[in-house]
Amino acid sequence: METIKDKVAIVGMGCSQFGENWDMSADDMIIDAVYEAYDDAGLGREDIQAVWVGTAFSGIGGICVSGPLKLDRIPITRVENFCATGMETIRNATYAIAAGVYDVVLCIGFEKLKDSGLAGLPAGYTHPVLGVNVTAPGRWAMAATRYFQTYGIDPQEGKKTLARISVKSHYNGARHPKAHLRKEVTIEQVLSAPIIAWPLGLFDCCGNTDGAAAAILTRADMAKSFRDDYVLIKGIGLAIGPSLGKEDASYDYIHLPETEAAAKQAYEQAGITNPRKELDILELHDCFTISELLTLEAIGICPKGKAKEDIDAGTFTLTGELPVNTDGGLKSFGHPIGASGLRECYEVYKQIQGKAELAERQLKDVKLGLSHNQGGHPGSLLPIITILGQAG
Amino acid sequence: MKTGIVSYGAYIPIYRLKRDEIARAWSRGSMGGERSVANYDEDSVTMAVEAVIDCLKDSDRQGVDGLYFASTTPPYREKQSASLIALAADLRRQIFTADFTDSLRSGTMALRAALDAVNSGSGKRVMVVAADGRMGQPQSDYEQNFGDGSAALLIGDENIACEIVGSYCHTDDILDTWRTESDTFTRNWEDRFILSEGYARNTREAISGIMAKYNLTPSDITKAVFYAPDARRHSETAKALGFDPKTQVQYPMFATVGNTGAAFALMMLVAALEEAKAGDRILFANYGDGAEAYILQVTEQIERVRDRRGIKRHLASMINLSTYEKYLRFRRLIPLESQAREQANAFPPVAWREREQLISFHGSRCKCCGRTFHPMQRVCIYCGAKDEYEGVRLSDRQGILYTYTVDNLALSSDPPTIVSKVHLEDPLAGEENHKVGVYCQMTDRDVDKVKPEMPVEMTFRKMHDSGGMHTYYWKCRPPREP
Repeated sequence: METIKDKVAIVGMGCSQFGENWDMSADDMIIDAVYEAYDDAGLGREDIQAVWVGTAFSGIGGICVSGPLKLDRIPITRVENFCATGMETIRNATYAIAAGVYDVVLCIGFEKLKDSGLAGLPAGYTHPVLGVNVTAPGRWAMAATRYFQTYGIDPQEGKKTLARISVKSHYNGARHPKAHLRKEVTIEQVLSAPIIAWPLGLFDCCGNTDGAAAAILTRADMAKSFRDDYVLIKGIGLAIGPSLGKEDASYDYIHLPETEAAAKQAYEQAGITNPRKELDILELHDCFTISELLTLEAIGICPKGKAKEDIDAGTFTLTGELPVNTDGGLKSFGHPIGASGLRECYEVYKQIQGKAELAERQLKDVKLGLSHNQGGHPGSLLPIITILGQAG
Repeated sequence: MKTGIVSYGAYIPIYRLKRDEIARAWSRGSMGGERSVANYDEDSVTMAVEAVIDCLKDSDRQGVDGLYFASTTPPYREKQSASLIALAADLRRQIFTADFTDSLRSGTMALRAALDAVNSGSGKRVMVVAADGRMGQPQSDYEQNFGDGSAALLIGDENIACEIVGSYCHTDDILDTWRTESDTFTRNWEDRFILSEGYARNTREAISGIMAKYNLTPSDITKAVFYAPDARRHSETAKALGFDPKTQVQYPMFATVGNTGAAFALMMLVAALEEAKAGDRILFANYGDGAEAYILQVTEQIERVRDRRGIKRHLASMINLSTYEKYLRFRRLIPLESQAREQANAFPPVAWREREQLISFHGSRCKCCGRTFHPMQRVCIYCGAKDEYEGVRLSDRQGILYTYTVDNLALSSDPPTIVSKVHLEDPLAGEENHKVGVYCQMTDRDVDKVKPEMPVEMTFRKMHDSGGMHTYYWKCRPPREP
């Protein structure tokens, strides 16, 4: 088995405005994201040889993008892997390029959630009995409850740590022009917000957002013909288990074993042995604040049960030791399901290139970053981890 | 051949509503005391399952040969309920089940049919279960007077705790209380008429009839247990028939439970049996479309069936329903934000195909590694064995709450939803400290008292009514012990 490291490069990316885009259709957002990526890579529609598109609820089949983009008689595949749908496009495209089948591939992720009339996600298939009244915040909240119980953390104290995650994300997102919820919040605001699923309150939950993002991938040895500051794919991990943790009594509800496995795959390919030291930026899938906390432990940044100490100490703020979700993450940037995985790469890509829109958001010397996209819930996770690195 | 009651059980919902609170809502007089109120996820079927399981405590469920369900409020007009109760109680498939409905007297009609079945030899042990949750028109006396509950009697010809030594029956036809096929609330004709010509005339006729038939006088009776529509008529009847209300009359529970319709007489009988001693002679009478009466003789075996939650322990375990509005909500008498997301959630083929795990609440026990999983798995998650499993009942196992959330987002008639991960005991796993995980909702709970590691048990409940059908499953709850 070979590593995927340094075989594929990202040479262009785009991201539409995220938000409640009442005045934009899915097509509008797809066009905005893809044409930004075309311009960024310095190429056009005629250069694209194949497309992977990801959407969870907003379209089916390759025609959902060939129509708006006028793509003509090329292979287009729609993929879906829950909320990990966006990064699944990059994973598939990467392997197609590495196999030597294509030289230039377009990845698109999008979601149009706000036309549904629902405050939450549209219901997919759920079991007519066992799936009744199952909500995403509820499932993550159960992990928070158990985490506090296991480590002897007073729930109010635990909530405060989760609040710090939200405060940090809103601080970062408020500084990104494309983010959905561009507003700073205080710990007091987070703590006093309505409870959605105890112990998670409104500000522990990500936005419900419209948006699209895109990437153009090519062979690493061709990347220089597009630009000097291309970004290399260093490793990709995806790990899905039997997904029975919510029923299985041997699942402890405080670890994310699938995420641990996905990180191990990605680190091995990238040659990372000390992630906390080697990585310069993390984009974590913070659908709920507790997800970010548990992921920090699952990917080896914090020892088990110790994430609270780092979060309380400010380790992951914009000016901290290892910045996390510098664009605001799902919490503040928003979570259009199919687009999020690509957006998580977009931020790392821009940070590596030194091209964050505002200087105060730009980190120094970003060489290696991690983007984490995930679907599911504790005990039933579908995590994808992509390591991105500077060219050369 | 002797025939009688082998075991008994009962159930009273945990919620009680003070009649003063109902009176407050309508600015009218209160009858005083409180009534039981079925939780929003309870109906006559779920209450019946509770009583049956209570009745079958420490006995082999495979040994039941029939189940008769009596109620004026079965969940379906067309489709049996006894079959569902038998499945949830995990009785065997080769049994006879029947519903006895429409009459307030259906509880004792089912009892009579069960006696006939055992006497004829068509079954050795037949379960009779009566459950009712009638609704009075809002603001009416009945709304205050009615209560919800159930009782179960196992009838058989061996190990008899209370022999049934005599019976009497007559039929009458009168429109006193009724519901047409489209009525939600019980209707009634004017009190003076229905109580004198309906209840009082028929009940006295039946009790006098059986006393004469067996040459008994009131002093031969240890305890008189009989139906009455309300407290006043109950004591009037006792007086008229010559029973000493202090020593000879079974307390009718109007102040604590209310009139539980078809289940009422049987619930009073269970309460009497809880206190009965060997040698006691019990007069038992019921009214509705005529009346019937029984003479019962308590045996030494009564001591064998003491460990039941029955009436006494269920009465003692209660939560005060804080407002009348909650009652309206529970009974869906106020239009609620529709359960829009449930619309797609009722599929008879799924409920049928998975009835063993959903209704009988079996887990799959792997024959190779011995560990049990719910929902049932064809491929063992622990050892990988394929199709090497057997179904094992989980509904009577004790457990703890491993983790939970108080979910305000999930739609419910009693928000918030306590989503729970339960760890049930797994004694079949042998030495290993293995648990069986169950992902479910918690019911009958005080939200402020929910804590990780608290003890829980399982209870059969209705999940939703979407699509014009009732969908049932199991939930966890704090143990119903005072």
